[in-house]
Amino acid sequence: MLSENLTIVLPELLLAGFAMIALIFGVFAGKDKQAEFILFATVAVLAILALVVGTRSEGTHIAFNGAFVDDGFARFTKVTLLLGASIMLLLSREYLKRYDLMKFEFPVLIALACVGMMMMVSAGDLMSLYMGLELQSLALYVVAAFRRDSLRSTEAGLKYFVLGALSSGLLLYGASLVYGYTGTTVFAGISAIIVDEGISMGLLIGLVFLTTGLAFKISAAPFHMWTPDVYEGSPTPVTAFFATAPKVAAAGMFARVLLDGFGAAVADWQQILTFLAIFSMFLGSIAAIGQTNIKRLMAYSSIGHMGFALIGLAAGTQAGVASLLIYMAIYVVMNVGTFAFILNMERDGRPITDIGALNQYSTVAPGRAFALAILMFSMAGIPPMLGFFSKYYVFAAAVDAGMIPLAILGVVASVISAFYYLRIVKLMYFGEDIDPLTGRMPLAHGIALTASAVVLLLGSFVQMFGVETLAVQAAASLFN
Amino acid sequence: MIGLAHYLIVAALLFVTGIFGIFLNRKNIIVILMSIELMLLAVNINMVAFSVHQGDLVGQVFTLFILTVAAAEAAIGLAILVCFFRNRGTIQVEDVNVMKG
Repeated sequence: MLSENLTIVLPELLLAGFAMIALIFGVFAGKDKQAEFILFATVAVLAILALVVGTRSEGTHIAFNGAFVDDGFARFTKVTLLLGASIMLLLSREYLKRYDLMKFEFPVLIALACVGMMMMVSAGDLMSLYMGLELQSLALYVVAAFRRDSLRSTEAGLKYFVLGALSSGLLLYGASLVYGYTGTTVFAGISAIIVDEGISMGLLIGLVFLTTGLAFKISAAPFHMWTPDVYEGSPTPVTAFFATAPKVAAAGMFARVLLDGFGAAVADWQQILTFLAIFSMFLGSIAAIGQTNIKRLMAYSSIGHMGFALIGLAAGTQAGVASLLIYMAIYVVMNVGTFAFILNMERDGRPITDIGALNQYSTVAPGRAFALAILMFSMAGIPPMLGFFSKYYVFAAAVDAGMIPLAILGVVASVISAFYYLRIVKLMYFGEDIDPLTGRMPLAHGIALTASAVVLLLGSFVQMFGVETLAVQAAASLFN
Repeated sequence: MIGLAHYLIVAALLFVTGIFGIFLNRKNIIVILMSIELMLLAVNINMVAFSVHQGDLVGQVFTLFILTVAAAEAAIGLAILVCFFRNRGTIQVEDVNVMKG
């Protein structure tokens, strides 16, 4: 029995074991001399694990009396987040070296955060959910403050810590109420009690607290306050990481809690999610207009994108969850490309984050400018880029679930958000002449930027490389 | 007779105190760390009260997990705070303002 359980959690165990070995190796093998080696090893381990998780046996496996669930949904999310984390870590190497941040703790912390994220999306119990969430959060607090001698980075870490701890507190308070009113922490048990006895007042309050805590983690408005500051203050590779894997994991966790645990009370949480989605979409679209710092802009962009993704979840249907998964997968691809570019924005050896530096960029580097333009069109949701289809699926899911006003508001918000994405394109092609960026682009970044632009441009002609089918299958595993 | 409701009320009061401590406090970041701890401990009271009330051990196991994580969290929070203090020279809440927001 134990060995069966251990087989099911094997990927997590391997990654956790790897992180600890890498930590010990790093300490004994001369600290930061081996940092680069550990970084490459972590990249490889994450990529291999993505492969292993993706090709593991079909079906749903439950371990440790329901505390850990390995199903199609978990596997899809894990593959997405592991690949995202692996690519982002690989891309961060150049930046870490250039700005003297190459420390061996960085890949180790990323690996530990990945263990936490894998736990989050596989959790079948409030306890394992909390442990996964905290493992991820604690690692991320530290990487946010990774540039210890920078005021901005430590301030970002501090703000992230305070608000992250607050959200964990809210989530826990919700968990305690849910436990108190159902007598169990296992999602399946909670769900069974709701089916039998309906949802009581105490349980409803618990659900609200739980949702609030989760909304903080996914940075949905009105719980988004930390996002712009953390994105701006953290070192750019950390920001890039924040924009990919943790978002996927948080979205996966959100869907898991609401559908596995509270699937019988869709009508109750649907309203909360609708509110979160509308508020996030509009805040993300409108607040980003005034931003001149590209990292801050990406923060508001991520808040907006989370709003769109939550529309899929708010629909509460199988198609809705599938659209959420598709959205997150495409979102990761867009962010990989965009941050591959942002990581190389520099002038005379100093990193630049002001979007004014992109003026006339198309004359400096036409290829890169074109790739970034495609990424921006995709983020704005303009066909035939994949970004359009990701939005199309969530809106279609909302319409099918009878939430037509929500879909209409989504389209309006999407149009508003197009303004600031297109402004970047405008700056690059029709901007004024000023000091151009002088950054060179290493091969890996060039490949990542080109590849993501190509995928976004052509993905819709090849059935999204089968991601759509996989997402539909993954979503189905949450609904039986 | 002290029943479940009393424990829940105490826990709720402590929890709200913790939240207000974070939002209304204009002085020191250490106070924020204390408020966070207060929130987590309020949750623990809730958990143990429910656990005893239902005669089910899961709540107490959960409490132990929360205690452990709270300790780790406090350690990391203090570490980040020390780094921040080295750069800024102060830990007044109103001085955490390099970035607007």
